Amino acid sequence: MNAIWQAFSLVFDPYVLMVIAGSAMFGLFVGAVPGLTATMAVALLVPITFFMEPVPAIAAIATAVTMAIFAGDVPGALLRIPGTPASAAYADEAFAMTRKGEAEKALGTSLVCACIGGLFGACVLTFAAPALAEVALKFSSFEFFWLACLGLSCAVFISRGSVVKSLVSLLLGLLIATVGVDIISGYPRFTFSSVELMGGVSFIPAMIGMFAIPEIIRFATERRQVLPQHKAAIGKLFHGIGATLRRYKLNVLRSSILGTAIGVLPGAGADIAAWVAYATSKKMSKEPEKFGQGHVEGLVDAGSANNAALGGAWVPAMVFGIPGDSVTAIVIGVLYMKGMNPGPTVFLNRPDLVYSVFIVFILANLILLPFGYLLIRLARHILQVPRRALMPIILLFCIVGSFAINNTAFGVSVMLVLGLLAFIMEENDIPVAPAILGIVLGPLLEGNFITSMIKADGSYLAFFERPIAAVLGVVTLAIWLLPPVLKWLLGRTRATAGQIDADKSNG
Amino acid sequence: MRFNDAVLGLVLIVFAIAEIAYTTTFPQLPGQDYGSALFPRLIGAGLLLCGIILTLRGLRTRTAGWTDFADWVHDRISRTDVLLIPASLIFYILISDPLGFVPTAFILLLVLLLRYGNRLVLALPLAAVTTLVIHALFAKLLLVPLPWGVLEPVAW
Repeated sequence: MNAIWQAFSLVFDPYVLMVIAGSAMFGLFVGAVPGLTATMAVALLVPITFFMEPVPAIAAIATAVTMAIFAGDVPGALLRIPGTPASAAYADEAFAMTRKGEAEKALGTSLVCACIGGLFGACVLTFAAPALAEVALKFSSFEFFWLACLGLSCAVFISRGSVVKSLVSLLLGLLIATVGVDIISGYPRFTFSSVELMGGVSFIPAMIGMFAIPEIIRFATERRQVLPQHKAAIGKLFHGIGATLRRYKLNVLRSSILGTAIGVLPGAGADIAAWVAYATSKKMSKEPEKFGQGHVEGLVDAGSANNAALGGAWVPAMVFGIPGDSVTAIVIGVLYMKGMNPGPTVFLNRPDLVYSVFIVFILANLILLPFGYLLIRLARHILQVPRRALMPIILLFCIVGSFAINNTAFGVSVMLVLGLLAFIMEENDIPVAPAILGIVLGPLLEGNFITSMIKADGSYLAFFERPIAAVLGVVTLAIWLLPPVLKWLLGRTRATAGQIDADKSNG
Repeated sequence: MRFNDAVLGLVLIVFAIAEIAYTTTFPQLPGQDYGSALFPRLIGAGLLLCGIILTLRGLRTRTAGWTDFADWVHDRISRTDVLLIPASLIFYILISDPLGFVPTAFILLLVLLLRYGNRLVLALPLAAVTTLVIHALFAKLLLVPLPWGVLEPVAW
């Protein structure tokens, strides 16, 4: 109980509240400007949070993301351009409503559902995380090895698109993580006699490079295209919202659960939650024919799911130190740098900190309502901020941010190299998120793997001897082996049917 | 900048082989089977496998061409727009120490703002104000030692 009061006093400190308000406005702005994503908001925020205490740092990131994910709906509904990938699933639907003259209904529903979904995710986080942490305290290197494998496998298999390409991304991330002095043998790996690389590839420049630079380059490729202007008049925002919510209360509940669950799965975040919830909504709806023509039901589902996913993603991040999405991957990287390794021991050693995260999450979703309302009212002006003036400023911000961590221009080089790599990867449909997960989890995975190998003394059976390890191991192996086996079986039946080349090209 | 999967695959194969070859230079610890080379080699093996799969997949669809470059690669103006971003980063990396943060950032911003179509009356004050605000935020508030360079004598 004491820790909870301590947590309240940590969060309701004037400085922390100021940070929350500031990052809320920042998150809303970045989320609302098309071409600037929620992850980019975090990437730009991290260099500043680096200089803060843990609680304001976490509060800043959590608030900014909550705001940015909702804010992405605004240009989606008004311009048909999703502000963040998490709004892409239903931007068409929302824009169709705007064209029918229902912009206020689309935006009001998005806002209220985002708030409810977000609160649901935050509650699950509050109740599930401490319970799971008690279990996790009993884990040894074998369990953590399997858990890391499981998390990374999820990241590879859940991402949209080709599994092989996600795997390439993950492996590149793991390889980047091996650069620097090896903790076990003390030998400098892949440093090519560079003193700067001895400490490894710095995480913050790497992350800024991979999340922000590709967006800036993409802007440069299309800067001469003119963004459409929105002229929709926005009336009473919450008019009739009660009726909509009563009608679709089960949708809100279903999608909040679904979104939280997808958020918990490592590697799958708000964008995938929105796609899945929208598809489920259409499948389960009584009137699926209305979807795509400005029907509010899909908005209710996807809008609550993507914000619910945010809280969910923090569950594995806090309990096991395994990120649920790219934002929590960044958070874990930040916590490591602060010398606070996330994992079950944090729940024992710093319960006040854990409770602060819960409080911050609930608070962020509560203030989403007034802040989001303000954003919608100001949307006309925010959407007019010219990107041609914004992007150079963001680039300078990236430079200073990657410089500030080690105070050398080498950080800028890291950002440049990884930024170009990420741009080429994304151009070729290789997702970047698994690479970031690989960079964050690489040391954990390798450390637990080598420790386990030494303990097991070459006997691979030891990886399955402890009961929880055995379960995790079997599940991991099943995830790896089942899809190819199923595909092979399917291929055989197809081959006999004589349609060998049916859809081999994707997979 | 899209490449056929076979091109990506071949690059990965070459990279993976080079990486695995390089790990043979890592020292073996006496009496220790699992050294610093094991994990990087496993990663290399994984990349090799992915490279082979991508190559095979790409060869099947090679009729679509080896590369598929978007318009900006062929368009001179857009190409310069894009190349200006890595160029400005390289400019910063090389120049910021001798010249100092404030002049470097100002030049960088001004060039980019003008290039991307802002008028001088906006670009000039925007570059100046942004440079000073970011400098104040990071150097004064967060105490990041941004280089002073030529402005050292008049440092504020």
